[in-house]
Amino acid sequence: MTKRWRRTGAQLIWETLLGEGVHTVFGYPGGAILPAYDAMLDYPIRHILVRHEQGATHMADGYSRASGEVGVAVATSGPGATNMVTGIATAMLDSSPIVCVTGQVGSALIGTDAFQETDVTGVTLPITKHNYLVTEVDEIAPALHEAFYVARSGRPGPVLVDITKDAQQAFTATRPRLGKVDLPGYRPEPRPPESELQRAAELINRAERPVILAGHGILISGAMGQVRELAERARIPIAMTLLGIGAIPANHALNMGMMGMHGESWVNQAIQEADLLLALGMRFDDRVTGSLKTYAPNAAKIHIDIDPAEFNKNVRVDVALAGDLSAVLAHLLPVIEARDRSEWLGSIRGFKGDTAVRDIQNLPDMGKLYAAHVIHDIWRMTGGKAIVTTDVGQHQMWEAQYYRHNEPRSLITSGGLGTMGFALPAAVGAKVARPDDEVWVIAGDGGFQMTMCELATIAQERLKLNVAIINNGYLGMVRQWQEFFYDRRYAGTPILSPDFAALARSFGLGGEVVKSRQEVEGAIERARADERTVVLDFQVEKEDTVYPMVPTGARLQDMIRRPGQEADGDPESEEEPVAAGRTVEW
Amino acid sequence: MTPGPDGRIRPHIFVVWVEDLPGVLNRVTSLFRRRGFNIESLSVGPARAPGVSRMTIVVRTDATTARRMRVQLSRLVNVLRADDITNEPAIHHELAMFKIQATGEERTQVIQLAGATGARLVDIAPESVVLEATASPAKIDGLEEVLRPYGIVEQVRTGLVGMARGAASVMTDPDARKPPKRRRASSDEKGGSHSV
Repeated sequence: MTKRWRRTGAQLIWETLLGEGVHTVFGYPGGAILPAYDAMLDYPIRHILVRHEQGATHMADGYSRASGEVGVAVATSGPGATNMVTGIATAMLDSSPIVCVTGQVGSALIGTDAFQETDVTGVTLPITKHNYLVTEVDEIAPALHEAFYVARSGRPGPVLVDITKDAQQAFTATRPRLGKVDLPGYRPEPRPPESELQRAAELINRAERPVILAGHGILISGAMGQVRELAERARIPIAMTLLGIGAIPANHALNMGMMGMHGESWVNQAIQEADLLLALGMRFDDRVTGSLKTYAPNAAKIHIDIDPAEFNKNVRVDVALAGDLSAVLAHLLPVIEARDRSEWLGSIRGFKGDTAVRDIQNLPDMGKLYAAHVIHDIWRMTGGKAIVTTDVGQHQMWEAQYYRHNEPRSLITSGGLGTMGFALPAAVGAKVARPDDEVWVIAGDGGFQMTMCELATIAQERLKLNVAIINNGYLGMVRQWQEFFYDRRYAGTPILSPDFAALARSFGLGGEVVKSRQEVEGAIERARADERTVVLDFQVEKEDTVYPMVPTGARLQDMIRRPGQEADGDPESEEEPVAAGRTVEW
Repeated sequence: MTPGPDGRIRPHIFVVWVEDLPGVLNRVTSLFRRRGFNIESLSVGPARAPGVSRMTIVVRTDATTARRMRVQLSRLVNVLRADDITNEPAIHHELAMFKIQATGEERTQVIQLAGATGARLVDIAPESVVLEATASPAKIDGLEEVLRPYGIVEQVRTGLVGMARGAASVMTDPDARKPPKRRRASSDEKGGSHSV
């Protein structure tokens, strides 16, 4: 006689996750999620115990961005769930598909201010793509199934499923039937009308000075090859957003580099002088456009994005094509004509001119250590093949400028939300997703201290990462703004740090302090050779500055350039104040 | 609030069809709250299709912002459709009830006024009468104006509901393909079955 099918809600959680292809979760147990944790032991699930639930969400996010799969974070009710808020918002702003499973107090206790009760679906409503409160055992599997579908389809994003303790404990004899998800109001993949595709093709074929703006959507859609084909056939130069980096190889002849606030001046100049902007999977963030009134004034604009809510949000566009980028380009490519745009490409080389003093290795060694040197050396010694994760701030912009990514999904950084403390946990997720790849964390001394407790997670899981702390004793980007715009009044920005190398050793990891340029190469070599995670504390120049820079709300062409003296090989000159006096127009 | 680039600020009327699930109202209003908008009126009721609710929301804003709001409403997972019907030829009505304390001569005048304005007398008590009117918000404002001197002791207005004129309409109700039963959206409590 066969035993009748019977499951608890807790068992259904894991069976549904396994059905979605999940084998690893990042989590932290607690009272309201205990039934799920108890059941977990009976399923082939790898659980990575984090040290703070923010870490779990960033790890799920890093896992997702490195692999393209949905990352999963698990936490208990109340404080466990509220600790996830920063990580969920980070994933929301960067369209990263993660599913958060949280325990909730028993359904009879909801609304009574019970121990560790928080209205988590209420708290996360504006920072999730969607969320669910599940109070009955038979709702668990369908809600989770739907959550994965919503998280990964259309414009991806975080979905939270809050499951009451009694629903986890309850038994059901009804086997869940999880077929195609039926959400009548949810249209994840719009299709642009044929007439609009025609108009776009005409604009592209007619343009004399087109520029492709390459965003994160290219990576999400997997349209890297098609974008290259488009650019190469029509000879269109490409400008990258921060999150687009890696979509087109940095060494591709048509890839100009990063646009925007800390993008290269010739890239911004090309955008300003373009007669057509072809925006692919990007959203004209204020960090990219500068002043909207003066943004690319002579350019027609074509915007291709899967989320129609992005159209005409910041920049008015002439043609808006809603759809999955890869599908749209499949329709568009056959009607794009091969063109020779050498005149336009030549004038961009002209913009570049003498400002392209990029090879910082040519600078004479003044005995000082600059972040740019450190990142350049990491790039050189890893052959540009590592996955790099960063926080937000100066080190993030230097990474984007000096680590030249040729591979998709090799830069994992908090762009939209700009979350300090993202890099270390995101690297854990990336390493778990791609164990055979080399992973580097590049973080500042400020951000690193926000989530450095995850060093314990790394030690417990015996993960091999390399960590480069760009340690300048300041919250560097805020200090830079205070230098430029607040009369050098360094309010709250000097920051004391522990001995990071000794701290790493206390976790059983490796640690080394690096103070001069001659030591950099050896330290990177030793870190890579070490089988443990190694934390390198690069004690760099304290008041170094990220150039070039478009001040907030200024015209893109009004960049604060790198001081000319730097090109002449005198890094000392950076001691000078660099405010409005240095603003250069072209 | 400050006007957008193309815009005069005026009341915009959104009609939103949603899946009839807990928490959906919260998701819809949250989009307005996020921008600091005050919802002037909001009415919700069952639509033609089972499992679907129809909302009429009136918010003062400019045309650009209204356009963005409509797209963002459409993006919500539980929203079947969202329209801005401000410029559509449509009937916009609300229902109002006024309780007026009136005896003797005044009472006769109030009842005559009701007849003249199309309001209906729905309750007569020894010291008061209740009038009910269904009309455009402007006409209801007018009625309130003429009744005020007699002493309105209580009033209620439902907020506006709208329907396009004619047979063919941009506002045909969308269907939810099946009445959603088991799925639960979040953020509202399950109805009152909780023991404390």
